[in-house]
Amino acid sequence: MTSADHDHGEHDHSELSETELRVRALESILTEKGYVDPAALDLLIETYETRVGPRNGARVVARAWTDPAYRARLLKDATPAIAELGYAGRQGEHIVAVANTAALHNMVVCTLCSCYPWPVLGLPPVWYKSAPYRSKAVKDPRGVLRDFGFELPAATEIRVWDSTAEIRYLVLPLRPGGTEGWSEQRVAGLVTRDSMIGTGLPKAPHEVA
Amino acid sequence: MDGAHDMGGAAWSGAVKPEPDEPIFHAEWERRAFALTLAMAMPGGWNIDMSRFAREDRPPEDYLGKSYYQIWLAGLERLMLERGLIAADEIKAGAPLHPAKPVEKILRPEGVAAMLHRGGPTERDAARPAVFTAGDRVRAKMIHPSSHTRLPRYVRGHIGSVERVLGCHVFPDSNATGAGENPQWLYTVTFEGRELWGEASDPGLKVSVDAWEPYLEHL
Repeated sequence: MTSADHDHGEHDHSELSETELRVRALESILTEKGYVDPAALDLLIETYETRVGPRNGARVVARAWTDPAYRARLLKDATPAIAELGYAGRQGEHIVAVANTAALHNMVVCTLCSCYPWPVLGLPPVWYKSAPYRSKAVKDPRGVLRDFGFELPAATEIRVWDSTAEIRYLVLPLRPGGTEGWSEQRVAGLVTRDSMIGTGLPKAPHEVA
Repeated sequence: MDGAHDMGGAAWSGAVKPEPDEPIFHAEWERRAFALTLAMAMPGGWNIDMSRFAREDRPPEDYLGKSYYQIWLAGLERLMLERGLIAADEIKAGAPLHPAKPVEKILRPEGVAAMLHRGGPTERDAARPAVFTAGDRVRAKMIHPSSHTRLPRYVRGHIGSVERVLGCHVFPDSNATGAGENPQWLYTVTFEGRELWGEASDPGLKVSVDAWEPYLEHL
């Protein structure tokens, strides 16, 4: 791989077997020493593969789109508002929600590592952890959006939140037009993971019709 | 520490490449490395700032040459080696060669949900009032600590304004070295794009970092 490009397809191929063997051996050493219980490892993996992911965040956004009082609570103090829906804990101990408007687009990054609001979005994708995103988001966020295939109007201000402490950020995207009267459950289907990071937009109504 | 992990503004990295329908993990070893890292913090007794430093404190070619979970694996091995939980010859042999070190507690399946739900809140009671308030103009200090810090290089020396007071939080620069939590006031500090990147910057750009009080000075 190019040194900065954490692209799994290119990089891990050659070292896969070596790393795979190293991890396997390490797990057996730690299990034999009594430091880890493999059943707890299985449960950790299952939790993040099946229970914690961006569908959680989509429920939060959909609630905010359809319930003005909830939206106000979310923007005032997101951690308890998100806990109302049952999402809390590791890497989401202190959450701030930031709302997009017609004049302002928000984007979230962690330039120092890969801080990400796990309880609402799950584990971060490879691109979020990659050198291109971490370096470019704070300097040329419109260029990042072009990498994702869309152009932000020049008049729209862009605000980048670098997660350098233990505060985690969730973008509240604009509710798409043409969804008046839709239920909370139906609008949740429009919310994409990337729209909650600020590198994408929600789906248009015709995309889920 | 001025390491390769501190990437904000670097110009060498090219386009962001989203992966359609990306899986949560790309290989079985990533699943296990992820879970081992989360589980070992309980018997290991280290904190998140020690974990971050163990991942980041390495030569650039090593940091940039490893994938994300390879860095996690390297960090985990280092934390365990430093504490004598495993030995280098055991990693080399891929087998236990020495008796286990006694540990107080390990993560069992019945403790997983509670551990994740508890997380690691970092807000603490404040011993004194916050020095800055929203609207204050501040400068990020021009510092280059050789140990762990969360003040990214691209804001150092630049002027911004305090947008929010976020409470008093565990100070990573102390917590990473074992010097204790040393809680400090934390602020969202917002910078204009042109302040950070010069006249050629996007005029409609603002960037914020969350900065602890010791990172900031009054103008």
